[in-house]
Amino acid sequence: MKFGILVNEGPYTHQASDTAYHFVKAALDEGHQIYRVFFYHDGVNNGTRLATPPQDDRHIPNRWSELAKEYKLDLVLCVAAAQRRGMVDPDEMKRNQKDAHNIADNFRISGLGQLIEAGIQSDRLITFGD
Amino acid sequence: MLHTINKSPYEKNSFETCMRLAAAESSILLIEDGVYAAIDNTKISELIKENPSNFKFYVLEADLKARGLDKNSLIPNIEIISYKGFVKLTVENEKTQTWL
Amino acid sequence: MEEQAESGIVKKFLYVNRRAPHGSIYAHEALEVVLIAAAFEQDVTLAFIDDGVYQLKKNQDTADINTKNFSKIYSALEGYDVEKIFVEKESLDERGLKEDDLSVDVEIISSNDMKKLITASEVIFNF
Repeated sequence: MKFGILVNEGPYTHQASDTAYHFVKAALDEGHQIYRVFFYHDGVNNGTRLATPPQDDRHIPNRWSELAKEYKLDLVLCVAAAQRRGMVDPDEMKRNQKDAHNIADNFRISGLGQLIEAGIQSDRLITFGD
Repeated sequence: MLHTINKSPYEKNSFETCMRLAAAESSILLIEDGVYAAIDNTKISELIKENPSNFKFYVLEADLKARGLDKNSLIPNIEIISYKGFVKLTVENEKTQTWL
Repeated sequence: MEEQAESGIVKKFLYVNRRAPHGSIYAHEALEVVLIAAAFEQDVTLAFIDDGVYQLKKNQDTADINTKNFSKIYSALEGYDVEKIFVEKESLDERGLKEDDLSVDVEIISSNDMKKLITASEVIFNF
């Protein structure tokens, strides 16, 4: 079965991103397909490559990156939400003339249409938020 | 249909609204701080026990354990499930309403 | 987007709005999703429940908090072919609000009808 996943909160402050991660992992273990994970609102902060959590804590952004690498997941940060919150990929850096980018591996930035498309194309859309 | 609730019933009205707007026979999964709704002998436990709409209640084990709770704390007949069980519920139900 | 228009799949999209505006960004960003989604020609319904009904309150003026007054967009939704806007009566009653207090033409429905609306939808968005 094809799942679309919506993550509405950033890492650490709320449990939403953790719950979404454990859900996605369990779905993959069961042989389901993850059509896309779409990060909206503060959820875009899950895509930072500049986080340094304490060593005895989980690394939420890296955990998503690694899972995406292993299963070729499509992790999408909403561009409008990302621009507001300073999440930048190399293209956005050039387009908005910023001096740096901060997006982690295996994340990409794209439009809200990607969320709607996930709603249309997935068999199930599951939301994780607060 | 599946409904998930992730808020403590004492923090926000998500549980109350779900009880009002979920169709009879719905499955209701308590996750994150929502698991506090599953505890017996509370202000709301009678509502779950009376269960006029014949809901089927589930609670996510990992979130229960994290909060120092286990099956002895729960209202009888609430089923404890794993993330695998969570996935299964979303497969069995065509849609999921998330009461944030 | 063109690709989607060509896919020919039309699903019943339901946007559930349960948060008050201004105190957090959820209502504002939810509205941005609704506007973008209009281009996808899906069967769109908006539901306002709980504090979500405050999003539709008349006469919102954000000048003194210096935020965007997105409340004006609700009355423009019709131009985006978003015409099915439902408000739960119980949520209004609890908050002492009446139809006259709202800035948009909506259909006010009972909890029971809201229950049916949720059950009849195919893809549900919560923000």
